[in-house]
Amino acid sequence: MEARFLLGFLLLLSLSSFAFAIYEDQVGLADWHKRYIGKVKHAVFHTQKTGRRRVVVSTEENAIASLDLRTGDILWRHVLGKNDAVDQIGLSLGKYVLTLSSQGSVLRAWNLPDGQMVWETDLQISNPSNSFLHVLGNVKSGRDSLSLVCNGGSIRAVSSIDGLVVWKKDLSVDGLKLKHVFQPPESDTIYAIGFIDSSLIALYHINAKTGELLKHATQASSVDLSSEISAISSDSLVALDTSRSNLLLIKFMAGTITNHKLPLSDIVQDFSGLAELIPTKSNDIFVVKTPSNVAFIKVKGDNEIELIGKADEAGIVSDSLILSEEEQAFAVVHHSNNAISFQVRINGREALTEGIKIEDHRGHVKRVFLNNYVRTDKSHGFRALIVMEDESLLLMQQGEVVWSREDGLASISDAVVAELPVEKEGGVSVVEVEHTLLEWLKGHMLKLKGTLMLSTPDDMAAIQAMHLKSTERNKMTRDHNGFRKLIIVLTQSGKVYALHTGDGRIVWAHLLTPLLQSESCPSPSVLTLRNWRVPHRKALQENPSILLVGRCGAGPESHGFLFIVDSYSGKVLETQILDHSIAEVVPLPLADSSEQKLHLVIDDKLNAHLYPRGSDALEVFVREMANMYYYKVENAKEVIKGYAFKKGCSTGSSAYCFGTRELWSVVFPSDSERIVATARRKINEVVHTQAKIMTNQDVMYKYISKNILFVATVSPKAAGGIGSAAPDEAWLVAYLIDTVTGRILHRVTHQGAQGPVHAVVSENWVVYHYFNLRAHRYEMTVIEIYDQSRADNKDVMKLVLGKHNLTAPITSYSRPEIATKSQSYFFTHSVKAIAVTTTARGITSKQILIGTIGDQVLALDKWYLDPRQTANPSQEEKEEGIIPLTDTLPIIPQSYVTHTRQVGDLRGIMSFPANLESTTHVFSYGIDLFYTRIAPSRTYDSLTDEFSYVLLLITVVVLIVAILVTWAMSQKKDLQEKWR
Amino acid sequence: MERSSALIGSIFLLISISCLINPISAAASGSGEGYSIAGRVKLDNFVTKGFGLGHSPKLSETKVILNGGQRTTFVRPDGYFSFHDVPAGTHLIEVSSIGYLFSPVRVDISARNPGKIQAALTENRRALNELVLEPMKDEQYYEIREPFSMLSLVKSPIGLMIGFMVLVMFVFPKMMDGVDPEEMRQAQEQMREHGIPSISNLVAGRS
Repeated sequence: MEARFLLGFLLLLSLSSFAFAIYEDQVGLADWHKRYIGKVKHAVFHTQKTGRRRVVVSTEENAIASLDLRTGDILWRHVLGKNDAVDQIGLSLGKYVLTLSSQGSVLRAWNLPDGQMVWETDLQISNPSNSFLHVLGNVKSGRDSLSLVCNGGSIRAVSSIDGLVVWKKDLSVDGLKLKHVFQPPESDTIYAIGFIDSSLIALYHINAKTGELLKHATQASSVDLSSEISAISSDSLVALDTSRSNLLLIKFMAGTITNHKLPLSDIVQDFSGLAELIPTKSNDIFVVKTPSNVAFIKVKGDNEIELIGKADEAGIVSDSLILSEEEQAFAVVHHSNNAISFQVRINGREALTEGIKIEDHRGHVKRVFLNNYVRTDKSHGFRALIVMEDESLLLMQQGEVVWSREDGLASISDAVVAELPVEKEGGVSVVEVEHTLLEWLKGHMLKLKGTLMLSTPDDMAAIQAMHLKSTERNKMTRDHNGFRKLIIVLTQSGKVYALHTGDGRIVWAHLLTPLLQSESCPSPSVLTLRNWRVPHRKALQENPSILLVGRCGAGPESHGFLFIVDSYSGKVLETQILDHSIAEVVPLPLADSSEQKLHLVIDDKLNAHLYPRGSDALEVFVREMANMYYYKVENAKEVIKGYAFKKGCSTGSSAYCFGTRELWSVVFPSDSERIVATARRKINEVVHTQAKIMTNQDVMYKYISKNILFVATVSPKAAGGIGSAAPDEAWLVAYLIDTVTGRILHRVTHQGAQGPVHAVVSENWVVYHYFNLRAHRYEMTVIEIYDQSRADNKDVMKLVLGKHNLTAPITSYSRPEIATKSQSYFFTHSVKAIAVTTTARGITSKQILIGTIGDQVLALDKWYLDPRQTANPSQEEKEEGIIPLTDTLPIIPQSYVTHTRQVGDLRGIMSFPANLESTTHVFSYGIDLFYTRIAPSRTYDSLTDEFSYVLLLITVVVLIVAILVTWAMSQKKDLQEKWR
Repeated sequence: MERSSALIGSIFLLISISCLINPISAAASGSGEGYSIAGRVKLDNFVTKGFGLGHSPKLSETKVILNGGQRTTFVRPDGYFSFHDVPAGTHLIEVSSIGYLFSPVRVDISARNPGKIQAALTENRRALNELVLEPMKDEQYYEIREPFSMLSLVKSPIGLMIGFMVLVMFVFPKMMDGVDPEEMRQAQEQMREHGIPSISNLVAGRS
């Protein structure tokens, strides 16, 4: 009977089929989601009306967003496609946000309150170039207002209501570049000024309602014109010449053009270098920024100009802000040490100067956007949005930072995981224990109520809050389960952040590149980061540290640098500018006596430099040098080369520098194959078992080698995107190459298939995703590799007599016979990133993490991709859990690890093990960040948070009571029987 | 489509009359050899139920993606979207909308027959007469918590434990009843002699 019970119990367990699924009230328990926008490049304030004050921004990450000006929260956000960079944004009719993108060819209008796209117009521009958008204020054709988009020599007028092109005027002049459009108030004529081939100035009068060309005039310029102009009034503008040292004042009164050259050195006494014009709007004032200062210049009468103000330090200048008919304001921001001075100048005069302290990890000011508000005493107050070097966004008002956003996190380029400090031994007071015990009991009572569905909405909210507030998960110490860790990320700006896995908060952040900026290192940029020292037996007391490697210049031959950073505090432990370049950093599976991991830095001349520098590191490396190999994929030449290391390098005599010797090369025929993707196993992946038992009690041995490289090539015609190649001229070849010997282990061709290819390699299998042109669907293929040379180890006698080769190490030196099995499946979605779950000991079954086109992360069980599947599995196969073969991989909505969240512009997924074997951390990043913990085979090794201890307690109590009652009853019965 | 405004309806009518073989709106645009693909995303037939707290699927969050990310566009309030300047060939359109599963759509723009566009859902190979994209199904991202029932309590490990206990308490004595008391005593004495301890012995032993 018990056996039957057990069976039933197991059956019930197996019924719960989804390995990963959460209830709605569990959101936020183990996961967190952070939304960012990226580095702001345009900002438009919307503060006129009462109600919600907001600012609309567009960013380098092609996002447009509306932010609440009080808190900096995102009200709405859209991420445009990756080729759809925003050129300009504007407001129209007070309720639409207009965005001009794709080099002036797409104009979109978004509803300001909720971000719904209202209309989209393709402007059909033949040669996309610098375009600009001009929203006309007062063309009243009905209630509509027109927006002009100028591109080269053509103007398009677009209705703001529905996005229809009202009129279109191609001025059809070769080399014409329109620079400025304006419309005098109460007039139906639009004036358009442009330059023709930087030597002619052209003026066009255009009817605002019909687009009819009324009048045009051209005039030769006295200087070569650059593209920078500044419109200073309704009939004049200022341009800069190509030498950037002369100004040209252009007037276009009544259809005629006059121009007048003014050397800048006449106006600004100590002028030298290259000047820059800051766009202004009117008032006869313009701003010239020179390397040493900022000059405010006013035009007076005919061709006379006057310097009306000067800011002595060159700072960052905002665009002009019109306060009234006569007044316009500029913000000038200087940065010194860890403070910035914020200065507002009205018509060149200093109106306001504030000093604001700023954390020094933000770097310099990059951009500033000025906005004003009217105080109760009718005077002007100013606020400014400031974009810093680390891409963060600050709002400044009244000498204070009102809010700040860490938008640098929108451009993560690399990430590693580090441990937190060990909890210090120390007494915990009894009061504290009692308090927590009470809280604990209370919490469990609430949970019990929840389980029994007796709780009120208030209780539910309390449960939710309790989960989220749980101090346990946000502690700054290492935990037994390995749930609390630091994710250390590197962003495009070169800033390094440490994020806590508990709630995603920033533990520390450092902008490292300014530390290096010097003559010897002009433009430092960080390339990658690695674990330098991880807590280990010998190094438990040492703080773990991170290695950051970067380049001093843009080219591949520029010198490298490295930083070693303490991962607990972010303190820089070591800085070094290297005397060689950096092409690649190869982490080695070796460590020196102080547990610093050995790294080889390969330079552009293929020399290998060993780090850390130390005699024991050198000793360790030289001992293992004969077993160290390096391979290089040369994408441009379609070649993969393998190298061994030798003593003595070509550039110097340093003992830490090693030369390389070419061992093998795989040359792909460049006329028929292009390398599109490579993938290899994670260096630290743990495999639990080598043997795989088949349904017929047979044993297959997995071919587990760390040296497998997956390479995918496509035909040159299919190298473009989908839609560019026909099925007949497209093919995809997948290779498995041993990186030590260069041996091609396996090769398979998919006819009619093309990229993009996303691949992941783990244990003895590879899964890759590509596009099948014949079926016009995406496909995923799995290849599993088995070692045939170990296949005859099944003989028991051999095992007993020790004549087996199971203990022989897997080595690339021998040529094992391998067998592969593969299977292909259709997959519905496009894929942006692919990864595989990793657990501490590799026992838990694997899930493939797929970043889909909808910016979600899907966890797909590996057993859906099993080459052993057949259409009609036999009874044994069914018992083993092999599902029948289907042509399409199932997409179960509950297995989206991101549930209802989206990771905008998803770029990468990372999985790293917890100490608990069943659980793995998943961190995915794009513009947004999403972190969660998943258990691919459920948490079989621990009780979940859902587990009701109170219910258990009650059961135990009930059991004891029942025992007592039955005991009493049996006694009574005994007594009665004895009396009988 | 019937629900759309009269103007749009008449445009569709015009197109379908003018070229019966070409039901999907497509137009050769002025510049170059590009064509336009226009279509509509329809969500209104789907009732959204049990969606996340404070999240309701919005049309404003719906993206339409051409060829796996080459181009991205958004849908208008009425559900319409369009791609311009698309070269002839076979293309793939995907709709990304949280809460719904859309099948990708294969769109063929004929090079020989300019402006002729055919579309089909790739998941079930169903040809589309008009490019109206409807979700295949709505996606439920959360496990539904089953309402409290005795069955679920019984199914839980603790429930099984209690169940087993109850069984032992009430069914075993019933089974014992069937046994002749004399035989039972004999068996018990035998057991005592052999020294096999049992719970009943322990309980009985105390009295």
